[in-house]
Amino acid sequence: MTSSTAKSDFWRGFGDGMPFVLGAGPFGLLFAVLATEAGLDVYQVIVMSLLVIAGAAQFAALSQMQDAAPVAMVLMAGLAVNMRMAMYSAALTPHLKDAPFWHRAWAAYILVDNSYAVGIVEFEENPDTTWQTKIQYYLGCALPVWIVWYIATFVGAFVGQAIPASIPIDFAVALTFLALVGPMLRTLPHVAAAFVSAAGTLMLWTLPYNSGLMVAAILAMIVGVQVENWVARRT
Amino acid sequence: MIYTNTQIWTIIILLGIGTYLIRTSFLLIWGNRPLPAWVIQHLRYTAVAILPGLVAPLVLWPAATGGEPDLARGIAAIVTFALAYKTRNVVIAVLGGAVTLGVMLALVD
Repeated sequence: MTSSTAKSDFWRGFGDGMPFVLGAGPFGLLFAVLATEAGLDVYQVIVMSLLVIAGAAQFAALSQMQDAAPVAMVLMAGLAVNMRMAMYSAALTPHLKDAPFWHRAWAAYILVDNSYAVGIVEFEENPDTTWQTKIQYYLGCALPVWIVWYIATFVGAFVGQAIPASIPIDFAVALTFLALVGPMLRTLPHVAAAFVSAAGTLMLWTLPYNSGLMVAAILAMIVGVQVENWVARRT
Repeated sequence: MIYTNTQIWTIIILLGIGTYLIRTSFLLIWGNRPLPAWVIQHLRYTAVAILPGLVAPLVLWPAATGGEPDLARGIAAIVTFALAYKTRNVVIAVLGGAVTLGVMLALVD
């Protein structure tokens, strides 16, 4: 038995989660400024960041709103971006399954890319620690990003109000998506899926209610998996 | 923005609830029961299957030019993408693209 205490587990996680603040801070600021410029009021921007805490999905919903898409399509775009979190949830469950209900409810709320990535590395290296150790560590590694995300949104919403409409930030949403996609293209299947998504959406642009985006996304997922299987068979 | 306040609040609240349900899908609901491998495999590609589709029309048909392809925005997009691919840093990539766009627009004028 190691001599780790709840407090030391928490602070170990906190240290490991800290570097992600550098990304989350400016990203939250950018979202809040652009959402305010797009016409959401300060409360809407802040509540969205509090409830959703998922930058890419918030940008996806925002861009569909700027496109005047139907409400259902705005929701589908945002939720589709977040479907990857079901995978995170599944991966963490074997490690946190013995924690009480409200601990798991809380852990789900703060499940983001960073807390998953840091948490799963720790849990797989030390699978035999207690659920208490794991949940303390996980809470610690999620906290820095989570707090900074709130603060950045709050500041950004007020900054956005102060920016005159004459400054051209129309293209900032597009640049943000490009910046998010670049690092995702790690493997051939990812590149193939990204290509089908972009080309498919452009070709299916005339489908009603922006639904070409969803059709292309489903095709892109299938192509990603098929290419992955094909690569696996060859090696 | 063409939406009523009620519609915007509906979007925000349902997106929040929906996202929470996704996050909690296994931790609270499905638990440790096994899931078919093909489902997990497809989930891995959801983000990369939707974000390129969101960005492609924004880059090719920018709203600011009334949907006409635009050289300055095209080059800024390429710079942003290249920076993101190389550095894997979202903030550096967006800033690099924004500076490029500013310079390009100034040169065109």
